[in-house]
Amino acid sequence: MPRRQQTGPRVMAQVAMVMNLDKCIGCHTCSVTCKQTWTNRSGTEYVWFNNVETRPGQGYPRGYEDQDKWQGGWRLKGGRLVPRAGGRARRLARLFANPELPSLDDYYQPWTYDYDNLTTAPLGEDLPTAPPRSLIDGRPTAITWGPNWDDDLGGGPEHLAGDPVLAKMTEKVRLEYEQAYLFYLPRICEHCLNPSCVAVCPSGALYKRVEDGIVLVDQDRCRGWRMCVSGCPYKKVYFNHRSGKAEKCTFCYPRIEAGEPTVCSETCVGRLRYLGVLLYDPDKVGEAAAVPDEKDLYEAQLRCFLDPHDPDVARAAEASGIPHDWIEAARRSPVHALISRYKVALPLHPEYRTMPMVWYIPPLSPVVDALTTTGHDGEDPANLFGAIDALRIPVSYLAELFTAGDPEPVEAALCRLAAMRSHMRRINLGEERDPAIAHAVDMDQDTIESMYRLLALAKYEERYVIPTGYAAGAGHEGMNDGCSLDGDGLPGMMPGALPDTDAFHAPPVPTPAGTGSGAGTGLAGRFNLLNWNGRGRPSGLFPQRGEATE
Amino acid sequence: MNHLNIALWGVLPYLVLALFTAGTAWRYHYDRFGFTTRSSQLHESRLLSIGGPLFHFGLLFVAAGHVVGLVVPESLTERLHVTEGLYHANALLVGGTAGLATAAGLALLLYRRLKVPAVRAATSRSDRAVYPVLAAVLLAGLTATGASAHAYDYRQGVSVWFRSLFALDPDVPAMAHAPLVYRLHALLGMALFALWPFSRLVHAFTAPLGYLARPYVVYRSRTPARPYRHPALTGPDDADAPLRKRRRAHR
Repeated sequence: MPRRQQTGPRVMAQVAMVMNLDKCIGCHTCSVTCKQTWTNRSGTEYVWFNNVETRPGQGYPRGYEDQDKWQGGWRLKGGRLVPRAGGRARRLARLFANPELPSLDDYYQPWTYDYDNLTTAPLGEDLPTAPPRSLIDGRPTAITWGPNWDDDLGGGPEHLAGDPVLAKMTEKVRLEYEQAYLFYLPRICEHCLNPSCVAVCPSGALYKRVEDGIVLVDQDRCRGWRMCVSGCPYKKVYFNHRSGKAEKCTFCYPRIEAGEPTVCSETCVGRLRYLGVLLYDPDKVGEAAAVPDEKDLYEAQLRCFLDPHDPDVARAAEASGIPHDWIEAARRSPVHALISRYKVALPLHPEYRTMPMVWYIPPLSPVVDALTTTGHDGEDPANLFGAIDALRIPVSYLAELFTAGDPEPVEAALCRLAAMRSHMRRINLGEERDPAIAHAVDMDQDTIESMYRLLALAKYEERYVIPTGYAAGAGHEGMNDGCSLDGDGLPGMMPGALPDTDAFHAPPVPTPAGTGSGAGTGLAGRFNLLNWNGRGRPSGLFPQRGEATE
Repeated sequence: MNHLNIALWGVLPYLVLALFTAGTAWRYHYDRFGFTTRSSQLHESRLLSIGGPLFHFGLLFVAAGHVVGLVVPESLTERLHVTEGLYHANALLVGGTAGLATAAGLALLLYRRLKVPAVRAATSRSDRAVYPVLAAVLLAGLTATGASAHAYDYRQGVSVWFRSLFALDPDVPAMAHAPLVYRLHALLGMALFALWPFSRLVHAFTAPLGYLARPYVVYRSRTPARPYRHPALTGPDDADAPLRKRRRAHR
């Protein structure tokens, strides 16, 4: 092969997510549909790839943000990035008992109810009840904690004291804050650019996919060393205690490959999730993650992202092997718009130095509410800007979440959202537009209106701009031939891999000749290991006698 | 009696070896998903944090001691001017300590497995078979180590037999005349190796030594079973790799 001169920065693409926290009503629909799809199995009873936390609150697992305790993420050691829990030698030395592994109690002890007792209890004075039973050992249990026990600030100050973010703030701020407001924070795996779970896996089972940046666990390579569980500062890798393997949010990759949004996004009632392609410069990532000041991490990550409208970037992307329609999708990407153009989205806990790729638009509603309750016009731009500045407490809490404590980017994002509200209110009330509002936040009226369209109208096809997957075939022929969980050596979602690819809305195209036993045939009659509870020997666990294995 | 000795020390080791290698290969081929530690740390961490390292690190020393004791012939240590007394004192001290640590670790782990309901519930049938054998091997070995202080020199008996196995000329008498506890230890050891491929012991083969040489962040392409490095990670001269690869995949 002749050497080809690279024309610009080397480019990689990632499908990323932005969540608009203003719209989250805390209904947990995303969590439930995700659980139904991915973790309604034995061994993953306690696992929520997607969970919704009330902030302030302890989160799930309890107090996961306290990295002094859990040692997740990276730290700088003499200017170099090392996993916070220690480098390779230290990890291997801790192989036989991981000192930072959360226990089931830190998540919660999963339980069910003994419904049988309702019908089989002997006749007596009292109505029979369905007493709780542990899902782990089947014994009677007392329910003392759950995945969102402190939902809506339930439990009050007693539980709030366990919020590591709140603990960083002064006593006065804490007390005032508890009375000020709450908001919801839906969380999935961050699919980081610099994933620490991948870095600490001794087996090399976790990997970041080159094509779309999704971080996955190779179930055949995972040996259950559990380092990833503690290495992830967001605690979004879980240990399946039946199969002995790590499992995590897959970003619903079979759906993403088919150009469909993730289950949590698709089913989001508030329509607050955005999915789209981001182009970034992989050479800048290591450097950006290692900037000395934590407060610079947000800006540093922003600088890793490339502008897909820049022809040089597009050329470099094509040279790096990114298909044309991915570059097209990157130009229309709502995620790129919210992060880089409008600059209203912020990363969750950039101080972990993992370069997370699920970003959040901080909630403005509590500020508006606080103003309204004090008798002010909550949507008057002058009041709003002033309030964002004056309501230091919410801003500093948000800054601890999204910018390592730097209030400036949070204020800027909130001001842009406030400007959008004020600007649109004038239009709705038939008043004359006031260009000063847009100028006050360094935007123009058209940009504000297009941001309004994306955030407030949030049309389905504008929220989700997902190109179909590439790599398995040239171009896109043969790409939409079913779910990527089907196929040789891969666990199909359904036993026998029925031709019902409708589940992922991909047209059932026959496999091109020459690619061997493609979707369906190779796994017919084989047992799906994803559904195995680790017990017994179900039929189809091993191939039929005489069946070709290669 | 002689026939039994030939069967036990001349034939059985080869059967076990065959079962061990073929079984492991079979398991790796058909059940790679099953190669896991099946850790129960999620259920109970306190006892494991003591028992786990104690048992495993002890076992690593014990294994190293076996390699030295069985593979290194006495003539070699003599040439290195290691006296018999020094050698055995060392074996007793290091081997005994490692063995005791392993046994203590195993005792703690067994206690945990029996007493913690969640861990007990997570115990599989193969576990139930392996644990007694493991405990028995360990106890027999410890007894042999303790007894070796006075009379029997295993380096002129058991070790000779062990090496002769690999020369495909088993020295049956060398083993047949060893004290009972040595023969018991060897037999139980063979039972353990026979159970190995069919139990969670296979996780010993997955010791992640490659981690020491690997870059922290692993990238993989979508195409299964085709490890591939993105040009962004290899260098500009490999910029054609994705195109090349996709062409290959399409073929």
